[in-house]
Amino acid sequence: MAERSEEVKLLGMWASPFSRRVEIALTLKGVPYEFSEQDIANKSPLLLQSNPVHKMIPVLLHNGKPISESLVILEYIDETWQNNPILPQDPYDRAIARFWARFVDEQLMEKELVGKDFLGGESLGFVDIVATLVAFWLMRTEEVVGVKVVPVEMFPEIHRWVKNLLDIDVIKKCIPPEDEHLNYIRARMDSLKLKSV
Amino acid sequence: MADEVILLDYWPSAFGMRTRIALEEKDIKFDHREQDLFNKSQILLEMNPVHKKIPVLIHNGKPVCESLIQVEYIDETWPKGNSLLPSDPYQRAQAKFWGDFIDKKVSGPTWVLWGGKGEEQEAGKKEFIEVLKTLETELGDKTYFGGETFGYVDIALIGFYCWFDAYEKFANFSIEAECPKVIAWAKRCLKRESVAKSLPDSDKITKYVPELKKRLGME
Repeated sequence: MAERSEEVKLLGMWASPFSRRVEIALTLKGVPYEFSEQDIANKSPLLLQSNPVHKMIPVLLHNGKPISESLVILEYIDETWQNNPILPQDPYDRAIARFWARFVDEQLMEKELVGKDFLGGESLGFVDIVATLVAFWLMRTEEVVGVKVVPVEMFPEIHRWVKNLLDIDVIKKCIPPEDEHLNYIRARMDSLKLKSV
Repeated sequence: MADEVILLDYWPSAFGMRTRIALEEKDIKFDHREQDLFNKSQILLEMNPVHKKIPVLIHNGKPVCESLIQVEYIDETWPKGNSLLPSDPYQRAQAKFWGDFIDKKVSGPTWVLWGGKGEEQEAGKKEFIEVLKTLETELGDKTYFGGETFGYVDIALIGFYCWFDAYEKFANFSIEAECPKVIAWAKRCLKRESVAKSLPDSDKITKYVPELKKRLGME
C-alpha cells in the first residue's frame, strides 16, 4: 500500500448501487476517500470533465486522474491497493468472476423486474438463483452495516422479488439462517476492522 | 502438458474475431469450431447455458464466455509474447473503459445499418457516426488506441471493420468521408497477421447479409 498521501475522491450518489459498490471496495481495502454527492439533474463541471463520454457516476478520481464505469473502477482499485483482494488470483476464476459481475449488472436492473415475478419469468430460474446471493448478501449486510444499499423506496421491484423468493421452500432451506448469517457478517467485518452495528 | 483450446465461433461475428485475434497474437494453437446459430449444438448449449451465444473459449474443458473477458483471460493465461493490455493499472482501466464503450455503443446501431430502413436506419446512421467520431477523438494521432502497441481496444473494435462495406451499401453512406482516421487505423490493423487471418473479406459479409436477413425473418 502506498505511503505517500494520495487523493482519492469518488463522485457518486447515495442511492446508486453502482456508486455503493465502489465505496464497499474502498472501505474493504481501508482506502481513505472523499465522497462527493452528485446531482444528476444538474451535473457538476467536475463530473462533466471527469466523464465526458457518459457523464455518469460513479467516477473515481485518483490523484486527479478519472476512472469511470463501476466494474472498471473496482478492478482498478483491486490492482492499485492489493490488500484484501476482491478478484481471485487464478485467471480462470477471474474470468468467471468477471462474467457473473457483468451478468448481475445486466440482469439486476430494476426495470427488468417490472411485471415479472421472477427474473426467469413465471417461475424461479437460473438467473434468480444466481442473483439470490446478491440480494441476500446485500440485505443482510445492510442490517449489519446499518446502511440501506437497496432501500425499498427506491427499489420496490427488487424487494418484491426477494419476497417472492422467500416464499419458496427451496430458497428457505438453502439460505443461511438469519441470526447465524448476521453474526458471520459481523465477525468478518470485525476481522476487517470495519464498523458494524 | 499440451493445452487444449477450442473456440466456438460464427464466422461473421465481430465478437468472435476478437478472440481469434487474441489467440493469434499469442500464437496459440486452437481448434476453431464454426457454429450454426440457427441450430445450436449441444456443446454450445452446455458451455454457455446462460447466454447460449458465441464466442465460447474452452480451455482444457473449461469454458470462458464474453469476448472481452476471453481477451483478458488469454492475456493473463499466456503472459509471454505480445501483451494485449497495458501493465500500468491506470492505462488498463482506460483500455477497459473503451472496450466497455465499444461493447455498449457500437454494435447497437449496426443492426439497423444492414437490416433496417427509413427513419430507424437514419437514426442508426447518426448514432453510429457519433460513436465512431468519439472513438476517432480518442484515437487522435496515435498508431493504435493504446499508442504504439496494438492491443485490447483495437481488438475490441477491428472486427466491425469488415462489416463497414455492408453498412455503407445497405444504409447508403460513406464511413470514410465521416471518419477517415478510423479507416486509416483499420487499414494499419489489417497489416497485422493476426487481424488479416481473423477477419473475413468484406465482400463475403456483404454478400451474406441478404441471406442473414432472410434467416432472421427481417423481410
